[in-house]
Amino acid sequence: MIETTWEPPMHEYGLVQALLERVEREASAHEAAAVHRVIVRIGPLAGVDRELFADAYRMCRPGTRCEDAELLLETEEVDWRCRACNAAIPAGAALVCPTCGWPARLAGGDAIVLERIELEVRPHV
Amino acid sequence: MCDACGCGDTNLVPVEVHARLLERNDEVAAHNREHFRRRDVVAINVMGSPGAGKTALLEATARRLRGSRQLAALAGDLATERDAVRLRTAGIASSAITTGQACHLDAAMVHHALHEQSWPRADYLFIENVGNLVCPAIYDLGQEMNVVALSVTEGEDKPLKYPVMFRHADLVVLTKTDLLAVLDFDSAALADALARVMPRPRLIAVSARTGDGIDAWVAWLEGRRSEPAAVAS
Repeated sequence: MIETTWEPPMHEYGLVQALLERVEREASAHEAAAVHRVIVRIGPLAGVDRELFADAYRMCRPGTRCEDAELLLETEEVDWRCRACNAAIPAGAALVCPTCGWPARLAGGDAIVLERIELEVRPHV
Repeated sequence: MCDACGCGDTNLVPVEVHARLLERNDEVAAHNREHFRRRDVVAINVMGSPGAGKTALLEATARRLRGSRQLAALAGDLATERDAVRLRTAGIASSAITTGQACHLDAAMVHHALHEQSWPRADYLFIENVGNLVCPAIYDLGQEMNVVALSVTEGEDKPLKYPVMFRHADLVVLTKTDLLAVLDFDSAALADALARVMPRPRLIAVSARTGDGIDAWVAWLEGRRSEPAAVAS
């Protein structure tokens, strides 16, 4: 039997931890003085609650390089496409191509991606 | 203020990253997947609501495959090891993963469980995920297949309410069919709901209690292996 360390019972916290760690690595690599802004894209089919994610970010950023960094949450459209002919499947419809009958594939809408960060870097004189 | 010219400005530098936050989880999942492949173990991620009948399904599977396949299981739950104990009693070599508060299993938990003890040879490893229709679906554990257990009492529109879970399902097992006589269950409505969230809808109806449908379920499992066993009838 194994036991894991305690964390609040929402996976948004774990994802925010991953976010803060990645931002920390990037900031160090660029020798940044601070992080100004963090831009994350979360799609509607990501299985992530945007409010909870933002709450978790506010709760977890103190003491990190993102302490004063604004979180900007972007979104994207859910895009189901025919696996064969790439025709768009209308939202809410059966996930089968009306033209050729092939199953749909998800071309977009489940992203949980750190898109970019804005770092404060001291100018070299 | 900098010492040289008295300026106090810092530059704002945008850095493109484009990194998936689940990247680390997926790296560990890939390692787990390779672990299973090398040992010729078919790993099945079994998900579903609390009480959907995941453990009972695995108990019925153990009864059916006794003597022809070796089974192992990881049983994830917030508290207690009761599911792992039930599975062991049914003849499945099982280990519990008690997550405390985490609502899902992730690849690191599975990795730890795989390596913290020596496991007997197994044909199937069932990973019984935490009872939850929201989070478990997004965490790749290294499994070969995702199975979602959905009981006849949960409502035909469940798939529409939890599209993320059902879009990741390779198979939906409709459980507790022995209760159908006392329910107004609309199987056409369920099929319609699944078609809207699952690109390749596949459903097998079972009753762990009576054994109905278990043969079809086992046949599906065996189809996932390259060499099907001679299953005792």
